[in-house]
Order: sequence, then structure tokens, then C-alpha cells
Amino acid sequence: MKRVFLFIPLVAFAVLGWLFFSTIDRENKDVLPSPLVGQPFPPFEMSKLLSDETVSAAELQGKPLLVNVWATWCPTCKAEHTFLNMLAEEGIRIVGINYKDERDKALQWLSSYGNPYEFNVFDPEGKLGLELGVYGAPETFLVDSSGVIRAKHVGDLNAAVWQKLESTYQGMK
Amino acid sequence: MMAPLVRLFTFRVCLLICLPALSWAVVEGHKYPFDNEQDIARFQTLAEELRCPKCQNQNLADSNAPVASDMRDKVYELMQEGKSNQEVVDYMVARYGDFVRYRPPVRTNTFLLWFGPLMLFIIGALVLVVVRRSSSKRELTPLSAEEQQKLAALRDNTSEQAGK
Repeated sequence: MKRVFLFIPLVAFAVLGWLFFSTIDRENKDVLPSPLVGQPFPPFEMSKLLSDETVSAAELQGKPLLVNVWATWCPTCKAEHTFLNMLAEEGIRIVGINYKDERDKALQWLSSYGNPYEFNVFDPEGKLGLELGVYGAPETFLVDSSGVIRAKHVGDLNAAVWQKLESTYQGMK
Repeated sequence: MMAPLVRLFTFRVCLLICLPALSWAVVEGHKYPFDNEQDIARFQTLAEELRCPKCQNQNLADSNAPVASDMRDKVYELMQEGKSNQEVVDYMVARYGDFVRYRPPVRTNTFLLWFGPLMLFIIGALVLVVVRRSSSKRELTPLSAEEQQKLAALRDNTSEQAGK
């Protein structure tokens, strides 16, 4: 009976070891689950980036798309930009939200790095960002043709991430 | 040369005059004007109970992250609209999830968070009780007849030796 107690430290060590080891490889430990997945895209009425036209959430509907939150102050956004250009070339519909940024800088950015976006919503104060629970650019939402958010990715889009998201994207109608 | 000083002085005098009528909640250098003390206290409580999603171990009152500042502004805006504390918290939870609450609701996935410490305490207490019981039992076990004989023999032996 006593001998059993001698194994307590070993068992405790094993449990802690397993706990630490199982979280060590988890990519992006800071990612929070979004309560918006499964919800309709929040309604908005905002100005476009390239013109003063107003856009609303209704314009997202019709065809599945990616909604990409980006800003020129965000280095990771630059890292993913080439990949976004590639997706756009493949015919994937991408709408941008220019988040807490300046118009001039954003326009400069699009003309130098290319423009993968069907259109951009200009959100200098981060109002739409707040509605979407954005806490750090870049963030990408997968939105289906009826305007419901199906998935959210925090961090840059790249080939590895897209491999995981693509099945959701293809499954959206 | 004196003009800026004079202006500063008048500004301060104005401040002094205005102060009783208006108070601020000051968070991270931002001023949020309120017309009563209760709302200031409410604002402080909300800013302390809501967590910044970007900088995970800080609340909205502590953090200077841009998103925390936006969220504070929103809390202020919602309060000005007459929303209750619960409504403000619900608004944030609907967008950022339970994560933004420093006091998350009891659910299956927060069960460990709520009751883990209590469970550890109970386990610790049980172990303590078992260990103490077994050690006190050992002390109280009476000697068997055989052991008593041995003890007596030893005693006789030592007393004989002492007598020599």
C-alpha cells in the first residue's frame, strides 16, 4: 500500500509533462475562438477605400468570399499580401477591410504591392473591426454567399493555412 | 513671453471652476467625462472586468493596446446610451467571446477553471488526512505478546548489566 504512494511524484510528473508537451506545438497560442462563426456578417454602412461610395453588408452576398482585415502598419499583412494576390488570380473573391489606417498609405500600398481585393471597406476608426471582434490584423473571415461567417483565421494566410481552410471554402455555397 | 504662462494660468482657473460640475474617469491617460460619481465607478469596474483580447493578461483599464482603447471608447459610448453593465459585457462577449470576461460563466469548458483549485484543495486535504492517519496508527499499534517478551528480556538484560 505504501509503495503505491511512492509513485505519486512520477504520476504527477507524467501528467504535467503531458500537459506541457501537448500545448508546446500548438500553433498560434494567442488565437481566440470567435463567437461570430456561424453568425451573419454584422451589418455596416461604410465608405469604400478607393472611392467615396458607400457599401453595406448586403454587397458581400452572392458568392462565397474571404474578408481580409489589413493595415499598412501591420508587417504580417505585407507578408501575406503576395499570397492574397495569388488567391485572387485563382479567382477567389476577396474583400478587404482597411483597418485603423490612413487612406493615402493604403492607396500607396495597393499600387505598389498589387490589389487582390474586389473592393475595400475603409475603417479608419476600427468600428467595423470592433463589430467583427478584430484584435490584431491580419484576420480573415470566410463568408458564404448568404453572408454568414463560416470560419475565421487570425494571422497571415499562407499555403499551409490555406490547405486547412480550403475545404471549408470549397464547401461554402 | 508671458502670454503662454498667462494662458496656462487661465486654463487652470477654468479647470478649477469646471471641476465640481464634471468629473472624469481617467484610464491610460484618456479622459472620459461623466456627470456623476456612480458612472465613474461603473466605468472603472467595467474596464477592470473586461480583458484585452490582444494583450492577454491585462484588462481594458491597464492596457494601452489600440484595440483596448477602442473597446474602452465603446464601453463609454454604450454607457452614454444608457446600457447596463450586463448589456455592455454581453456586447463585448458577442464579438470577442467569453475570453474578454475576467469572470467567465460556468460551463463544461470552464469547469476546470472554476473548480480546479477546489478539487486540488480537496485532493490535498485527503492526502494529508490519509498520511496523518497512517502515521498515527503506527504509533498506537500495541506491542504483540512476543514483542513484549522481547522488550522485557531486553530490560532485564540492561538492568542486570547496570547492576554489575
